[in-house]
Amino acid sequence: MGVFSIFPSRASVAAGEVDALYTFLLVVGGAMTAIIFASVFFFAVRYRRKSPNDPAPKAIHGSLPLEIAWTVIPFLVMLVMFAWGTKLYFQNYTPPLHDTLDIYITGKQWMWKVQYPTGQREINELHVPTGSSVKLILASEDVIHSFFVPALRLKHDVVPGSYQTFWFEPKEPGRYHIFCAEYCGTGHSDMGGWMTVMTPADYENWLAGGANGGSMVELGGKLFQQYGCVTCHVTDHEGRCPSLLNVFGRPVVLDDGRTVMADEAYVRESILNPNAKVVKGYKHDIMPVFEGQISEEGLLQLIVYVKSLSPPTASPAKPAASAAKRSSK
Amino acid sequence: MNATLPFAQTETPINYLNADYGWKSWLFATDHKRIALLYLFSITAFFFVGGAFAVAMRINLLTPEGIFSHDTYNKLFTMHGIIMVFFFLVPSIPATLGNFLVPMMIGARDLAFPRINLLSWYIYIVGGIFTLTAVFQGGVDTGWTFYAPFSSSYSNTHVILAALGIFVSGFSSILTGLNFIVTIHKMRAPGMTWNRLPLFIWGHYATSLIQVLGTPVIAITMVLLGLERVLHAGIFDPTLGGDPILFQHLFWFYSHPAVYIMILPGMAVISEIVACFSRKAIFGYGFVAYSSIAIAVFSFIVWGHHLFVSGQSMYASMVFSFFSFLVAIPSAIKVFNWTATMYKGSISYETPMLYAFGFMGLFTIGGLTGLFLATMAIDVHVTDTYFVIAHFHYVMVGGMVMAYMGGIHFWFPKISGRLYPEGWAKFAALLVFAGFNLTFFPQFILGYQGMPRRYAHYPPEFQVLNVMSTAGASILALGYLIPMIYLAWAWRYGPKSPQNPWNAKGLEWEQSPTPPPTFNFEHQPVVTEPAYNYSGEEQEVKLG
Repeated sequence: MGVFSIFPSRASVAAGEVDALYTFLLVVGGAMTAIIFASVFFFAVRYRRKSPNDPAPKAIHGSLPLEIAWTVIPFLVMLVMFAWGTKLYFQNYTPPLHDTLDIYITGKQWMWKVQYPTGQREINELHVPTGSSVKLILASEDVIHSFFVPALRLKHDVVPGSYQTFWFEPKEPGRYHIFCAEYCGTGHSDMGGWMTVMTPADYENWLAGGANGGSMVELGGKLFQQYGCVTCHVTDHEGRCPSLLNVFGRPVVLDDGRTVMADEAYVRESILNPNAKVVKGYKHDIMPVFEGQISEEGLLQLIVYVKSLSPPTASPAKPAASAAKRSSK
Repeated sequence: MNATLPFAQTETPINYLNADYGWKSWLFATDHKRIALLYLFSITAFFFVGGAFAVAMRINLLTPEGIFSHDTYNKLFTMHGIIMVFFFLVPSIPATLGNFLVPMMIGARDLAFPRINLLSWYIYIVGGIFTLTAVFQGGVDTGWTFYAPFSSSYSNTHVILAALGIFVSGFSSILTGLNFIVTIHKMRAPGMTWNRLPLFIWGHYATSLIQVLGTPVIAITMVLLGLERVLHAGIFDPTLGGDPILFQHLFWFYSHPAVYIMILPGMAVISEIVACFSRKAIFGYGFVAYSSIAIAVFSFIVWGHHLFVSGQSMYASMVFSFFSFLVAIPSAIKVFNWTATMYKGSISYETPMLYAFGFMGLFTIGGLTGLFLATMAIDVHVTDTYFVIAHFHYVMVGGMVMAYMGGIHFWFPKISGRLYPEGWAKFAALLVFAGFNLTFFPQFILGYQGMPRRYAHYPPEFQVLNVMSTAGASILALGYLIPMIYLAWAWRYGPKSPQNPWNAKGLEWEQSPTPPPTFNFEHQPVVTEPAYNYSGEEQEVKLG
């Protein structure tokens, strides 16, 4: 087990950055604790009552300068914590817009099902290559779970009915714990697994080994046929429903005038509950509701298929506002 | 034994304890002091039930494989949380010491609504019976947080009964708060201006505001949970068209302010103890008083810091993070002012003061680790790990229970008319302090290393720290059992207390016999000086 350390192992670039902030907080917190402990201890000893007959000390009612000092100084220190913590949080939870390795994870009581775009599937195991930007798309089949890898210093709740994402850059090859961090019933504490970080070469080898059922695009394409999506969503604009070519990752104008981004969550909602957001120029109540008809894993395959209809070579429209702090990476 | 006791058995004056006997005189009591005792015995019972669950959990965590089944362990931590939070921590100080002392400290004969006060105890007991029934029927396994859709659609345990218990007992909390607010506004003795109120009263006033404004929200949340569980109304479960995050918003809208319901009365007690055993006016009275109100206000706008990893908008998280830092400021102001109160004081080390020292140290650690959780990039790593457990227990056990124990010892002579054995009490206080730190400090380290909370089994590398924690828990348990024994003994056999054994300031000590008569004072008290006037100053100094 090696030398005891308060820091767990670090698998990503961001882990070191979180540890640096943690160290800062430990130093500030430690200093504050020391000041309070020392003052209480010192006053308790220095001003102890020596005899029951000691006269009552003179009252000191307070000091405005002192009150201001111990209000303003902690506030300024907290501003530093706030700014630093917020910046790092936005960085760690805003995935780059391009060139991410997307991995789809479905939580269910009590296991993690992992799907790779290339078709490999695993349970309670996640393999990622160093040097890439790994983006996890998290879905739940039942209750709320939380995908937690201490070596990444990151977790995200996996909330049924929605997709949650986060991303990281694996740095250190090795095997790291995956935990479920949100209580989810009987087997909660067994809902764990391992994340294996590999060099890109090892990763290619590993990829070559699996995938017997076809890639996620192929599987999604089959579902697209099977559920009859293809009869309306034809690839020209003749169909009763919008074409799905070059839609993903671009803004969509709705019939109520709003504009939304066609991301995973939008596609998911449009499959399960098509009337929630209807594209401008199309009618309500044409597409059947698929709520409860398709498994979470199937949905993810369909979404990857829809994604594949918007090849990244066509330069994507400018993304909506804020998102892309790290897109340059 | 007891040969040296100076009292004469024959001439015990009439007081609230001996004014009447028999179970009716207790179960139909409208005297706030008797109701305080009804609460005291009930919450003590709940404390030991909740504590027993904690002991069982710590035993399970001695080994990575555990001893109990998953389901049993899940029920243990759920019942520990529900009982300790809703049936011990929330009522603890307000319903016992607050009930006993609020009227006495402001010079009133009773609370504004004595019968509503009794009603609130009955409501509390009914709520407690529902929840205990859930326990005896086999328990609940949702965690005290009841997150949907697990609680509404998946759990097979007695969720409805437990939720009903919380729903019902909430009304008890609301009624107590309402009673305090009206009493403090309308029943202060002549001369007891707002600026002369003991800080105990300011703390309880702030607490009452939160109780009245926040508790209805948890009641609504529990009703909605019941509707979804029984009638499958789609509120939280996405397969029924609901939103699971909505539950978390509603739950924490109450449950974050609720932690201030728990800690503010603790702070209120500490102000009294520090002033008395330093023989000095509280440094910065106004700042300590208004910081309670500031905490009450800010407590309502920080709930979103429980949702940093739940999919809440990142910008919303940013705002909640900022306010969470802000709410730390008034707490820090209090700690600084208590420390400054000791400066040039005349300090003695009786048991209540030992607990106050413990409070100041442990609450400081609990508060500062709260800053780690307000810092978003750190929170996303440590939330739902043992770091949060450690932080919460440093504030609630290291802070609140320390203050409660300090308060119980400080006012024990007033309540019982007897003195407790000081040597045993000091010994137990030191045990509590040592046992507490050994139990919970390792959990900070465990948390940052990544051990999630609510784990019946855990990877073997976490065992050493867990064994330390369990060892500490056994010391802590002893530290709580000893006072149970000597306080029960002293209640009957302890030497009789003089009226004001600590030479403390305050109407309850100076102008009321010990133990007090049913209507507290023999004459209407009139207040002519500020609180904590230990130095006997003629002039009134105002600050803040």
